[in-house]
Amino acid sequence: MSVGTSPPRLDGADKVTGAALYVDDLNPEGMLHGATVRSSVPRGRYRGYELDPDFDWSDVTIATADDIPGENVVALMVDDQPALVTDRINHVMEPVVLLAAPTREKVMAARAHLRLLEEPEPGVFDPEQSRAGAGPIWGDDNIQSHLEVHKGDGRGCVDAALARNADAQLVEGRYHTGWQEQMYIEPQGVIARPWADGGIEVVGSLQCPYYVVKALARLLEVPPAAVKVVQAVTGGGFGGKEDYPSIISSHAAILALKTGRPVKIVYDRDEDLASTTRRHPAITTIRSAVSPAGELLAVEVDCVMDGGAYTTLSPVVLSRALIHAVGPYKCEHASVVGDIVATNTPPNGAFRGFGAPQTCFAIERHMDRIARRLERDPVDLRRQLALQIGDTTLTNQTLESSVSSDEVLDVALAAAGFEDRRAAADAANAAGGALPLRTLPGLGQTRKLRGVGVSFFFHGGGFTGNGEARIKGRVRMKLRPSGRVEIFSASTDIGQGVRTTFPQIAAQTLGIPLDLIDQHEADTSAVPDSGPTVASRTCMVVGKVVEDCSAEIRRRVVGDGPVDPATWAATAEAFLAGGGDGDVELEYQTDPNIEWDGDTYVGDAYPCYAWACDVVEVEVDPDTMEVGIVGFWSAMDVGKAIHPVIVEGQLEGGSLQALGFAVLEELKLKDGVLVNDRMTNCIIPTTLDAPELDVRLVENPYEGGPFGAKGIGELPMDGGAPAVLAAIEHATGLVLDALPASPEALFAASGSEGAA
Amino acid sequence: MRNNPGGATVRFVLNGQDVTVDQVPPMERLLDTLRERLGVTGTKEGCGEGECGACTVLVDGEPVVACLVPVCQADGAEVLTVEGLAEGGRLSALQSEFVVAGGAQCGICTPGILVSARALLDRNAKPTRDEIREALAGNLCRCTGYQKVIDGVQRAAAAERGGESAG
Repeated sequence: MSVGTSPPRLDGADKVTGAALYVDDLNPEGMLHGATVRSSVPRGRYRGYELDPDFDWSDVTIATADDIPGENVVALMVDDQPALVTDRINHVMEPVVLLAAPTREKVMAARAHLRLLEEPEPGVFDPEQSRAGAGPIWGDDNIQSHLEVHKGDGRGCVDAALARNADAQLVEGRYHTGWQEQMYIEPQGVIARPWADGGIEVVGSLQCPYYVVKALARLLEVPPAAVKVVQAVTGGGFGGKEDYPSIISSHAAILALKTGRPVKIVYDRDEDLASTTRRHPAITTIRSAVSPAGELLAVEVDCVMDGGAYTTLSPVVLSRALIHAVGPYKCEHASVVGDIVATNTPPNGAFRGFGAPQTCFAIERHMDRIARRLERDPVDLRRQLALQIGDTTLTNQTLESSVSSDEVLDVALAAAGFEDRRAAADAANAAGGALPLRTLPGLGQTRKLRGVGVSFFFHGGGFTGNGEARIKGRVRMKLRPSGRVEIFSASTDIGQGVRTTFPQIAAQTLGIPLDLIDQHEADTSAVPDSGPTVASRTCMVVGKVVEDCSAEIRRRVVGDGPVDPATWAATAEAFLAGGGDGDVELEYQTDPNIEWDGDTYVGDAYPCYAWACDVVEVEVDPDTMEVGIVGFWSAMDVGKAIHPVIVEGQLEGGSLQALGFAVLEELKLKDGVLVNDRMTNCIIPTTLDAPELDVRLVENPYEGGPFGAKGIGELPMDGGAPAVLAAIEHATGLVLDALPASPEALFAASGSEGAA
Repeated sequence: MRNNPGGATVRFVLNGQDVTVDQVPPMERLLDTLRERLGVTGTKEGCGEGECGACTVLVDGEPVVACLVPVCQADGAEVLTVEGLAEGGRLSALQSEFVVAGGAQCGICTPGILVSARALLDRNAKPTRDEIREALAGNLCRCTGYQKVIDGVQRAAAAERGGESAG
């Protein structure tokens, strides 16, 4: 048995000995070091550059957009982003000129001796001003993407519901989340190596090798086969290495072609923080009509997200944000509308959750607001409204199987000892006195206020709607005469364990030991396009193709008969010697029952959902208003844990990213410039900020996934922040509707009578 | 250490082996000496300012961030990097238990975490989870949420004590 067990991960030994080679550990012969000269103004005109005549430029290569053989574009979704600025500057840290030199010291020195000639113009930084048309700075209206999802009465549904139901109440709220940095510990980096015939090879820290192929083919005006992209061992991605590697690879490729030498570009942390993509900030406004019994009669959501200067993947982020905007709740009438708008800030892009954490935060805070208005227990209200089998989602998808609302709520609440814990917090807070916070005695107060909060959420696995049918993710597998079987897939291991879970799926399906499975590196010259490593799809979707390929090899070798591991090698050898074909390549077969209308956004948005409930306990220091997260419990429905330790690790790690988002992760921009551009002040949780994470696996299988597995990579990012703010509300009575819940935010809230 | 016109000569013991580095600027970062001059690349750079801990190494048993330590300070010292943790070509208990526990995901912070844990276990054979958190507070990990990192160190401590179950 392999699936359902937790063997040591197959890349583990290399990672604990230092043998694993990340891109900065590679130094091919003759390699140069590259650097990027970037704009300093958020908007303006570029008028060329000046070189310091006293600097030794003899061994420095300078490249500009004029050196691009093909189109000056970062090919992704919309062709609005140049690889290098030629005229118009749209954000600070925008790439303008490239440099290469024999050493890193030399190229960094050269960068300091080159001055860009920039003419600043006024920029637009506020997404609501952008939405109102300020500038415009992008297109003729700043709107990079617009989407509407309607159900039942659709637009105007809340007023209609209020008119129909005299005793219904209007509950309104406005919720704000800011930028979040992926903060992979390995900064972005690639090495590009030119081929004699004009082709190029890129080795890098990246999630989606075929994205880079697509981008470089356009940039260099070469066929895709002239571009080879290989993933190096990658030190974390979280979405940050989905789209950005196409840019840094473009730059390294331009330099490599110009110099004829391999060129490495690895960013310093400050350059990475200031220039690469982040989570989209969002302002989400919710109007809802609720009955006295707690029914959600109608809901209208308006979401404006800050896309930054260029479109990147924003339309897809908006799509996922809106589909998840009503949460896992019953509601027959809904209207969800959103825009992603341009600002003169570095483009925002993919980050685990991909829009859903923003709207999940809003709807979960809104559920707490409704509960407060109705004087209902927030958990009871969620139980009442939770989607069940037979209910329809926002997109009118009827849920026919694998709905785990009750189970995740039951398991998480039990794990936390929720009722007792909440009562204990109430008792402790009461014993300490019921003074309003603003009149508490001064410093020296040591009594901390305790509170417990809950969130309930779901996340769709795989690409939206017919996305998987369009992508047609492919996997190849090959049987060797030794009986070994090799997997060829473009799915990258970015820490989430693909290089272990795929072999487990193969071994289990073939009925042979795990150590007979090999996996080729993610090298586009050798592996088919499995689709990108994103969207909680790798295990569920590509893993299914691994299962299908394995089943096909098994069928060819032994038919319907059993596999005897002891004789497998001899059987395989005989099969191949007898002319059998042990080379299988298959593409993902989407569920034929999926119906999706991409124009109206009606239908089966996802083949399945993963469900979860988080419980958080906080301590709030009434003197400093610091929030300590002291307990975290969660139940998450993963369908089937292929490797329980790996999947727990995903859920725990994602949960801590969500808790960091809740209380301490914040990017401050001033006129488009990142102010806290170092790890010293752009902080993420340490061991001392993290509570013990008690994550319980619920296994409610999805029949379309390998062995029932669901996609869960993004799920844990969605629920942590609203649960923390619910716990703060329980502890202090302060109602916060924005992230992060910093001491400053709590002080500000305690100074206003902000509770709704 | 001897200072010459072309740079200093620095000698130290790296993972049990004597090494001599000639003509090195005395203020060169120990990280660069290890990675670039000696080709010992297990030690990683995550931020270059001592915040992330990915470049943690032990100098005379004490964890330091190699991006903030000039190589001249290592002169005459014993330096331990992740490459020095294996025992006779086999994974040490710390390494193998860390993998079994799921402490390594992307792996970029793992070398620094393991040497910090080594320093902890050398002075405290039975650390509590809070003591492990304290010892690893300078090592950022973005993948794991630290749960399985701490599990791994606890398991390693138990294994080193002689097969007691982790607890």
